[in-house]
Amino acid sequence: MPDSFFTHSPEWRWWIVFYFFIGGIAGGAFALSALLRLFGQPGDRPISRLGYFIAFPGSIISGLLLILDLKRPERFWHMLIQSETFRPAFKWWSPISVGSWGLLAFGFFSFLAFVGALAEIGWLPRGLSGLIQGSLGAVVNVLGGVSGFFLAGYTGVLLSTTNRPLWSDTVWLGLLFLVSGFSTGAALLLLLSWGRNTPTIRWLKELDTWTLVLELVVLVILLASVGTAVLRPVLFNAWGVLLLVGVVLVGILVPILLHFRPVLGRLTVPSAAVLVLVGGFILRVVMLLSSEAV
Amino acid sequence: MAEPMGFFTDTSVCIGCKACEVACKAWNQLPARNGGKVQLSGISYDNTVSLSGIQWRHVKFIEDFAPDRSTGRWLMMSDVCKHCVQAACLEVCPTGAIIRTEFDTVVIQQDVCNGCRACIAACPFGVIEINPETNTAMKCTLCYDRLQAGMVPACAQACPTHSIQFGPISELRQRAQERLEQLHAAGVTQARLYGHDESILGGLNAFYLLLDEPEKYGLPSNPQLPSRNLAPSAALSAAGAVALGLLGLVGLRKQRMDRLAAEERGQGEGSHAG
Ligand code: SF4
Ligand code: SF4
Repeated sequence: MPDSFFTHSPEWRWWIVFYFFIGGIAGGAFALSALLRLFGQPGDRPISRLGYFIAFPGSIISGLLLILDLKRPERFWHMLIQSETFRPAFKWWSPISVGSWGLLAFGFFSFLAFVGALAEIGWLPRGLSGLIQGSLGAVVNVLGGVSGFFLAGYTGVLLSTTNRPLWSDTVWLGLLFLVSGFSTGAALLLLLSWGRNTPTIRWLKELDTWTLVLELVVLVILLASVGTAVLRPVLFNAWGVLLLVGVVLVGILVPILLHFRPVLGRLTVPSAAVLVLVGGFILRVVMLLSSEAV
Repeated sequence: MAEPMGFFTDTSVCIGCKACEVACKAWNQLPARNGGKVQLSGISYDNTVSLSGIQWRHVKFIEDFAPDRSTGRWLMMSDVCKHCVQAACLEVCPTGAIIRTEFDTVVIQQDVCNGCRACIAACPFGVIEINPETNTAMKCTLCYDRLQAGMVPACAQACPTHSIQFGPISELRQRAQERLEQLHAAGVTQARLYGHDESILGGLNAFYLLLDEPEKYGLPSNPQLPSRNLAPSAALSAAGAVALGLLGLVGLRKQRMDRLAAEERGQGEGSHAG
């Protein structure tokens, strides 16, 4: 029996599934917005604002979900501050520790960008739009974008840094979640800007398609890296079927097909986006719960 | 630091009396019921099934019978936290709740743990679980309170056959070696030590003499630290972030080229509307 089967389940269930999904979207959406701000055109601004409007609420929800999952939620601050000395608690080799700081950083930068975006559309004093424009805006976007990428990917690294079946039997989960966070972030942006057909939208569609191709490649490598001794008990069952149908077919292949053959007319882009989101969610469900079921 | 202390558990003399389980529960005031529920297996003399937040000692009853029942034996083993020298639980704990004591044992500070459960997924032996009464992660402390008072842990004191022996690690290792040689001389060739040297997680401060392969006892043959995956997974993810960023940039560049080309042809309106 593989060594990972002698361990106990941490019982990370639905709160964590939703956190992985929403954190991935928030991080991915911010990273996309940052790319548009740093390297795009003025015409890209509306979509990048949309990304900021997704990212900050996403970071708040993420934090709440994580706190709710703790068995002692009132002690959530022990993640950041040592409860006895009140000094900062930080262990670079503990993914939950680094992740807590990463989420805090992401929450901070996405808040700044959120304020900046509200200023740009005139809901807050115009001066605040400097938070996402000019040199201050560049700093916010670079640091926020990096922390967004981090947020999307560290969750998979966290799972691999255990001794549990499937999770610790591969080193590809972090990359898979990162790519999926990027593609679901792009999909939500496309869904929310339904009906527009600007160069930014076309860029997003193109990018999302290539990201999905990459996701499929990473998923295949991941499964190959796990090996059959682990796959047989963990995924050669209903979970595996869900992975094939829900993620590979519905969440990746059909959206790619729709990109090249827009058979649904005006509904093509939003349908593909919904499918990508559904697939991204099922990916988190299968990767977490199939291992928890062992 | 005081001398490293620990357990040597000689499974060859365990009789499955569960005195250790009872002594542990009594001393550490652990509840009999799991969150109010009576949880007994009902299918075996092994009625507590596994280690958990309320069972820090667990006597395994391994029923090793041939399918046709022509041969059979019972293997017994009193399982406990291994107090690993390189402890997976301690490594991943984000709050600093898990500490190494002056006796080289591993203890979870109950006032610090916030129940994130990283340690549960990290322990290669499935030792830790949440105690439903405190909602914190719990496991054997190697009777830290008794050790500080110069006493022997409750389980070792209660064990009637000296299957569980407590003492300084160096002394226990020597004793284990002698016992192994004795068994080998008596023809018990399958006898072996598990965790007595650095090869498993730098050494287990609760190590074993087994009568068969570790797997038969539900022990991993090559347990490892979770951090073995950290650098490669993080590097792959970072490379992925760079790749995605470049993918986005290539697209943006293409977009700009198209726009410039359109402008040159005199049919574009500069930047697109938004
Ligand atoms: S056996 Fe598990 S709980 Fe005990 S010290 Fe080792 S890793 Fe930690
Ligand atoms: S559950 Fe408690 S002891 Fe375990 S890793 Fe989390 S904070 Fe540390």
